[in-house]
Parts: sequence; structure tokens; C-alpha cells
Amino acid sequence: MTGLVVLIPIALALGLAGLGAFFWAARSGQFEDLDGAALRILIEEDEPLP
Amino acid sequence: MNAPAQFDDGLGVETSTFTVDGLRCAGCIAKLESGLPQISGVVSARVNFTSKRVRIDHAATLADEDLLSAIDRLGFKAQLFVGDSDAAAKRESRRLMTALAVAGFAAMNVMLLSVSIWSGADGATRTLFHWLSAAIALPAIAYAGRPFFTSAWSALRYGRTNMDVPISIGVTLTAAMSLYETMIGGAHAYFDGAVMLLFFLLAGRFLDSAMRARAADGVAALMRRVPGDALVRLRGGATQRRLVAELAPGMLMLVAAGERIGADGVVEEGHSNVDCSLVTGESAAVAVSIGDRVLAGTINLNGPLTIRVTAAGEATMVADIARLMESATQGKGRYVRIADRASRLYAPAVHSLAVLSLVGWLIAGAGLHQALTVAVAVLIITCPCALGLAVPIAQVVAAGALMRAGILLKDGSALERLAAADTVLLDKTGTVTLGRVEPLAGIPTDPFERGVLLSLSRASRHPLSVAIAGLLERQGALPVPIADCVEQPGLGVSARLGDRVVRLGRPDWAGAPDTDDHETIAAFRIDRGALHLVTFGDAMRPDAAAAIARLQRQGFTPRLLSGDSARVVDTISDALGIAGGARMTPADKYRVIDEIAADGRKVLMVGDGLNDGPAMKRAFVAMAPASGTDVSQLAADLVFFGDRLMPVPIAIAAARRTMRVVRQNFALAIGYNLLAVPLAIAGQVTPLIAALAMSGSSLLVVANALRLRGAAK
Repeated sequence: MTGLVVLIPIALALGLAGLGAFFWAARSGQFEDLDGAALRILIEEDEPLP
Repeated sequence: MNAPAQFDDGLGVETSTFTVDGLRCAGCIAKLESGLPQISGVVSARVNFTSKRVRIDHAATLADEDLLSAIDRLGFKAQLFVGDSDAAAKRESRRLMTALAVAGFAAMNVMLLSVSIWSGADGATRTLFHWLSAAIALPAIAYAGRPFFTSAWSALRYGRTNMDVPISIGVTLTAAMSLYETMIGGAHAYFDGAVMLLFFLLAGRFLDSAMRARAADGVAALMRRVPGDALVRLRGGATQRRLVAELAPGMLMLVAAGERIGADGVVEEGHSNVDCSLVTGESAAVAVSIGDRVLAGTINLNGPLTIRVTAAGEATMVADIARLMESATQGKGRYVRIADRASRLYAPAVHSLAVLSLVGWLIAGAGLHQALTVAVAVLIITCPCALGLAVPIAQVVAAGALMRAGILLKDGSALERLAAADTVLLDKTGTVTLGRVEPLAGIPTDPFERGVLLSLSRASRHPLSVAIAGLLERQGALPVPIADCVEQPGLGVSARLGDRVVRLGRPDWAGAPDTDDHETIAAFRIDRGALHLVTFGDAMRPDAAAAIARLQRQGFTPRLLSGDSARVVDTISDALGIAGGARMTPADKYRVIDEIAADGRKVLMVGDGLNDGPAMKRAFVAMAPASGTDVSQLAADLVFFGDRLMPVPIAIAAARRTMRVVRQNFALAIGYNLLAVPLAIAGQVTPLIAALAMSGSSLLVVANALRLRGAAK
């Protein structure tokens, strides 16, 4: 019973953090261009080594 | 990193959005995003690959034309994008997605607490967990339930009922009852059931809306073709880029080669060829010079033109046709989707059942509390959770399968209507045939000669030459090296092969007796060798016969409707063994469909031209090839890609399978209700049973729909 007092808030906080992260991602437009995201990884943008 | 967002002139930064043609790969994205900021005045450029647009932050001093020409220099064709970048369907999807996330979060956490209650927690622990559940569930219900509550409220206000009414009443009553149970320290709270119900229902809604958003995207892609702006020459010779809506008759419009023409008008200066395929469906370009009329939406191919505007915006021919199409009575507008039909029957049944059990228990002598608990259990058990998923999940899976097979759904109810179609009418040019010039006969069979012909035909951009090269390449011919290729306009192309001369061109020039017909016959000859007369025509789609045969096996009697002469139509219809109507005007086609529909039959119209537009709008359901005119694609519910006609029977077969799965899903959902409702009325349903039954039936429905992944065969 005493463990619950600690564990339940932790579980809820973790869940809320995930929910918050999703809202942030949706609002900052990370789901706007799903096809483009798959292609951008292929762009060569490394600077030549000094 | 980006340059600082402030410029010396202090005018600040503006944002412009352009739609870009020819975005294909990561290289294109990199080219635009690294190339544009190198122009002075451009702060940053961001490509959205999904919507094929680039957003440029730039100094206010930099005009849109400068940006357009900058994009042009990078090798892309772009057009200023105006209008709402955020379609309504897309906004709806986003709203549903956040609601779904909240409901999912709440469902997981409440379920966690509920599992411990089911495992035997009681006394103070149970009450604490109930209170915790209430604290999570009530705000979540208030937030995630809004789509249902608002829709139910607006239906009730007009004295109607829909699927959302039993859902809203069920969820609200369940939450209220559970809160009361929690307050008096009772044993059963249904917070988990209420939240899970919302989660499953929102999942169904989200799938449905995501599909509609994708369809809306497809339509937007077609509308993009009409340019948003045009370059206008002002008095005194200066030029300015204006929105198409601001054009007026009498203005002088400059159209560069490769641009779409923004308004109807008369050519004042310049000679060029114009691609009218948007309006006529005819792929061959039309030559225009001073005094000729040109139409909005057509493409200026090779030379710059100065055009005096005669009609702009709503007065153009293209806008006229669009209006005609809108006014065509739509078989589809009146169509009631199967989910809505089901809910019309379902909602009253559920309500009366719940009220009856309440009254029944009261008469039987139970207390108000007990009777209400039973009624709520009936409501939550009958809530159409699997029913709400049954249709969208099947359609989304089938739409994905069709998309992989090159068939695009433009309308959410297209599959339902396609499955119900019982008559197939086909346009000829561009639908049963390819609608473009192809060599029909006379291509040499000798591999060496074929190789020479390929090399020679590649040297010219003449349409007949391009057609020969395309055919030989598809058949795997290997080019033979030739030298000194010379193209003589109007005659043909010649080259040296060792010490021999090879020619491809007008028959009399290549050494054959002359014919009147230079449009459909070309001659090919190696020096004094055998003469090959290549004839051209509109070839049938390669699998047309097989596709028609499959349509006949599906129980259809396909018919051709064509504007062509009887001779041409008869050749095709005889070859395919179907009936055909020739010399039909757009109004004739429309009337034929009207007559068939009057008999209560449901017509599938497949067409590609502007002249098919009204008929396709009138038909119960319509399909168009992606090579067709924009008008036909707008009128169509499904668009198919590629040179084959087989997508038509494939789509029909997939639609029928989808509807079979939808009906099975309905049977599963209702069957589960039939089992669970007597338990609920008898007062035997605990929150555990409700939760198990609900998730079980939803999973069953989803699993059944996943069988459609291979439906497009």
C-alpha cells in the first residue's frame, strides 16, 4: 500500500510525459511531411573533414 | 543555420509557398533547400515532400517572380500556391488524433487500476483506485468525447438521431453512474469501459477521416494544375505577376514556354504548340499563331506567347465545364453510407432496449439504483464499438491494397458504390485505347534493323519518332551506333551507318511512293534495303480483351460509348466482342446513363475525356485513368495508373470483397451483442465482462478486416 503512493504518481507522470511529447510533436508539425522524413535521411550533408 | 531574420532595409521577412512539379527524391529536396538560400534575400527554404510544396522565407524586397525564376534555374517548374493549405478533412484528422491520444492514455491508466480491482482489491484500496480512475477518466471523457457530444447535440437539436446519440448518452450515463458508485463506495465502476469505448470509436473515426483527408489531397493535386498567377504586361511595357483572379479581359498576358495559360484569350504575338489535353483529352499538340484562340488550363509547349485575355476566372471555358459538372445531378450526393444506414436502425433499438430494461426491473420490484445500473450496463454493452470500427477499418485496409495496385480512391464511399454497380459503360479513346499515337504495324523484326531504328528514332523529338523509340525500348531492342544524325524538319531524320545512309521519315522522302497521310505513316529504310512502312494509330490497352473478359465473368455486359465514327468504334467493339455506340455527344452519353439509371440500375462509367465529365458525374460511380483529363479525374471516384485496363475489374472485385468483409464485421458485432445483451438485461454484466467483450469484438473485427490486405488481385 505504501509503495502505491509512490508508484502510481510515477506511472501517471510517465504517461502524461508521453502524452505531452505527442502533443508537442503534433503541434510542431512533425507529422506534416511523413514521406519527406523518409527521404531526408538520404541527403548527404556532411561537411568534408578538416 | 539560417541567416539572421532581419535585413538592412528593415522590411522584414515574408513567406511564400510554391507548388513544385518534378519533386521525386531526396536529391530534389536537398537541391531546393540548399540552392535557394544561396540567393541573396532568401532566409530559408523548406520542402514538404508529401504535398509537393516549398515554403520560402525571404526578404520582402524579393518578388515572387524572382523566386519562381530561381526555382526554375534549379531545374524545377513551380507555381505560386494560393489558398488554404490546410484542408478541412486534415484539420478534422488532427483533432481526432489528439482526442485519440488522450483517450488512449486514459484507457491504459484506468485499465491498470481496474485490473487490480478485478484481482481482488477491496475496501479502502478499491475506493482509492475508483477515485483515481475517476480523476483520470472524467477529464479524458470531457476532452476525447467532444467529437461525439457535439455531433449528437446537433442531431438532437434538429430532431434526428445518429450513431453519436447512443454513444454520448451511454458514455455520459456510464460516467455519472460510476461516479455515484465511487462516492457511495460501491463495487462496480465502469470508468475503464467508458474510456475504452471512446478509444475504439475514435480509432474508427480517425481511420475514416484519414482516408478522406488523403482523398482530398488527391483532389487538391488535380486542382493545382490550373496556375495561381500569370505574368501581365502593363501599359508602358513593365511586367507584373498577378493572381489569376485579378486578370480581366483586355489585359496582355505573357506566357513562357512550358507554362500553363491562366485565362482564355487570343494570341497577339508569337507562335507555339499548345497541349490542350486538359480540355479536349487529345494528346497531340495544337499549333497556334497570331489570332488563334487559346484556353485557360492548356500548356504552352515551345515558344513564348503574348495573349490578350478575353475571359478570365469564372468566365473561362474550364470554369464553365466545372459548373456544368456541379449542376449534373449526382447519384452520389444522395447516397447514404452503409454505416449511417446501420446506425439509423441501431440507435432507436438500443435506446428502447435500455429503457425497457430500466422499466422492467422497476416493475419487477428492484430499487431505482439497481435498475439504473442494469440500464447503463445494457447501454455500454450495446454501444456500437465494434460497429463503429467495422466499416472504416475494412475500407482503409482495402484502400491501401488498391493503392499498392495503382488504384487511387478519391471518395470514402466509392468502394461501397462500386460494389453495388451492375452496369459498366466504357469510353473508347483513352480508356479502352491508350489515347496516344502508337506504332500499329510495320516495325521491322530483324534485331539489327530494330537497333538502327531505335538509334535513329531517339534522335528526333517528333511524336511519331518518340512513339517508335518508346515501343522498341519496351520490347528490349538494343541501339546500334550510328553517326551524323541530321533532322530535317517536315521530312525526317537521317544518319550514317558505316558507308550506308539510313532514313526515317515521310514516305516519299525515304524513297517510298508518297501517301497523303503524313500523320499516321512513316517510312524506315537502310540505304537501298527493304522498305518498312510504319503505320500509327491509337492502340488498345494491352490487356483490354482480358479485362473485358473478366468484367463479363463478373456478370457485367460492358458497352462502349464513343464520340468517334462508327467505323472506328466497330473495329474496337468487334475485337472485344461487346456492343458499342458511336458518334455520341457528351449530352448523348449523359442521356444514356440517365435512361439506364431510370430503370433502377447502377452505372459504373469509365472515361477519360472532358466530354465524359458530365456522364461520369451522372453515373452512380465513375473511374478514370490517370492519363485522362483533369476534369474526368475530378468527376471520378477512383483513378487508376498505368497502361492496363485490368484495374477496372480488379477494383470491382476488391470492392465486392470489402463489402463482404464489412457485412461479416456487422454480423460479428451484432452477434456479440446478441450474446451479451441478455446477460446485461439479466444484470449479470460486471465491468470485467464488459471490458473483455468490448476489446474482444473490436480485435475480431480488425483481424477480419486485415484479410483484405491482398484484395487487389
